[in-house]
Amino acid sequence: MGNDSEKKSKTRTDWDKAHKPLDRQRKEHFDSISFRPHPVMVAHDEMGAFNPSSELGYPGEYPFTRGIHPNLYRGKLWTMRQFAGFGTPEDTNARFRFLLANGQTGLSTAFDMPTLMGYDADHALSKGEVGREGVSLCTIEDMEILFREIDLTQVTVSMTINCTAPVAMAMYFALARRRGYDFAKLGGTIQNDMLKEFIAQKEWISPPAPSVKLSCDIIEYCSQFAPRFHGISISGYHIREAGATAAQELAFTLADGLAYVQHCVERGMPVDSFAPRLSFFFDVHNDFFEEVAKFRAARRMWARFMKERFDAKEIKSMQLRTHAQTAGVSLTAQQPTNNVARVALQALAAVLGGVQSLHTNSMDETLSLPTEQAVKVALRTQQIIAEETGVADVVDPLGGSYYVEQLTSQIESEALSYIEKIDALGGMLSAVEQGYPQKELAEASYEFQKRVDNDLYRIVGVNSYKDVGDEDGIPTHSVDLEVENRQRARVVDFKKARDQKAVASSLEAVRNACQNNENVMPALIDAVDNGITVGEVSDIFREVFGVYRDPGLL
Amino acid sequence: MSNSPKAPVRVLIGKPGLDGHDRGAKVVARALRDAGMEVIYTGLHQTPKMIVTSAIQEDVDCLGMSILSGAHMTLFSEVLKLLHDQDAEDIIVFGGGIIPDEDAKALKSQGVKELFPPGTSTQEIVTWIEKNVKPKR
Repeated sequence: MGNDSEKKSKTRTDWDKAHKPLDRQRKEHFDSISFRPHPVMVAHDEMGAFNPSSELGYPGEYPFTRGIHPNLYRGKLWTMRQFAGFGTPEDTNARFRFLLANGQTGLSTAFDMPTLMGYDADHALSKGEVGREGVSLCTIEDMEILFREIDLTQVTVSMTINCTAPVAMAMYFALARRRGYDFAKLGGTIQNDMLKEFIAQKEWISPPAPSVKLSCDIIEYCSQFAPRFHGISISGYHIREAGATAAQELAFTLADGLAYVQHCVERGMPVDSFAPRLSFFFDVHNDFFEEVAKFRAARRMWARFMKERFDAKEIKSMQLRTHAQTAGVSLTAQQPTNNVARVALQALAAVLGGVQSLHTNSMDETLSLPTEQAVKVALRTQQIIAEETGVADVVDPLGGSYYVEQLTSQIESEALSYIEKIDALGGMLSAVEQGYPQKELAEASYEFQKRVDNDLYRIVGVNSYKDVGDEDGIPTHSVDLEVENRQRARVVDFKKARDQKAVASSLEAVRNACQNNENVMPALIDAVDNGITVGEVSDIFREVFGVYRDPGLL
Repeated sequence: MSNSPKAPVRVLIGKPGLDGHDRGAKVVARALRDAGMEVIYTGLHQTPKMIVTSAIQEDVDCLGMSILSGAHMTLFSEVLKLLHDQDAEDIIVFGGGIIPDEDAKALKSQGVKELFPPGTSTQEIVTWIEKNVKPKR
């Protein structure tokens, strides 16, 4: 026994020989959820050429691997922002006020499918979908009710909307104008990321090229008139949820970002005039360290791209600011209360990864939209991490871990090789037109499902530790079917009561802006103020820019 | 049981409505194809009418729909009604998605043969089809 303490390996290879750590393992493969083999450990002598001074630097300094702020959450906690929306604008307004009363610090709006696809509540294709997956928004009157009694200069508002983002953004600004707010005081984010729609979320109107043009109209308008508003949230979340690996999520998201920057620069916008307000949105999934590493790699990569590829000079242009949401796809319908634990661990990874804002999913989201009680547990989970665990007091506490640093570099290099492929295809817009990222996702999601079906990836309550007999249910939220009738009647009445002359001239102004390749935002703001609806603007987009159809690739 | 080679089951996988969540539909379509079935995938954003028309034209034995948008009550009911109107009720309807238990019960009583909740293995779906769907040819 005394001799054991003398046994000391000189290198990692000696240690492997001495201990044979890969023998007698409880299973054959130890892979991450992204199919990456986990190392048994990473030793100090395996760090090779890793140079902490250039790869990490200090928090708040280039390349921002350790975070964009010097004292991160000591100055200000991340924004706790729960995504909410269902039913009529009145229903969602009540949920917003409930969340604010419970200590939430920002609002985030979910719209229903008709709104997201550009149909009013009275359209035939909206049947059965009005107010079900989010709030129904057809007119400026809906926007007014949605934010009734909420001071938009005091909270930041996020809107998750994409192909119809120009209309929602216009309604928001038109409402702000009616209320007499200074646009410079409006803070918030609109998702407005069309490239990831074609890759993953699949909400679109027109083909990729005009869609990207419209996204950039919002970026340009915000940079000029609402400088605190983030005109885009470049989103990996949906890409990951649709089946990407962590490295694919990172690569495709950054490649989307590069495509928007390229487009804006080609329009003649100086990079530092808009890049400081670009924001990102990532998923935070189950493999704890992989997720932490992904956020760290994302910041380092973006900083270098902005500096080296686009010659950005402003520090803020190089900083990747991100929202994160726990992985909806990881939640199980079986034993749903277990989801609270999953969400807590994912949220912890996001915080250790240094995100700026966070949505924690509710335990019941595989069953229905969340109940107030389930949303509250999810919000409290963030508050527990913030107030009780101490993790928010230290910046990048995992920095310097051999494993986390190696993993950060590894994910970075995997993502860089995807980006090289995309560059070779002519950038993301062209890669999307060729179906490249779509096919990569279909492959990865099928591979993952096979691993679950073959027990290579275990999910508690689904393919292991199943309950015997009936499971305990939890209450679920239901949306009143009458909502659809009410909302349909409301938009029909609204359309009748409008000044028809102003309607006609507004529609003409929007059509002209589209046809003449102008920034559509100024015409749109006036048009929605005159009562033009989401569906009517979308019809103009269909007419001028064409309609995109799903290629249905398997 | 005859030993003659069985004709493969023909399946239409449909995505009705405005819902864009196609991960599940595509994974299931591929798994059924890998299990030897003939699979037609409609792509996104189909109306119930488009789906029923394809199902009849393609002469499928069964029709699976994936709905995660909450519009399942409306969309399944319309598809069942259209199949009934066109004397195509022999096409077996099944589905999956975010469908609360209560709604699932109601849909089954209307004629949806089976609904697979999140977490179902693709093998379970393959086995169910093999057991419940007989190829017409």
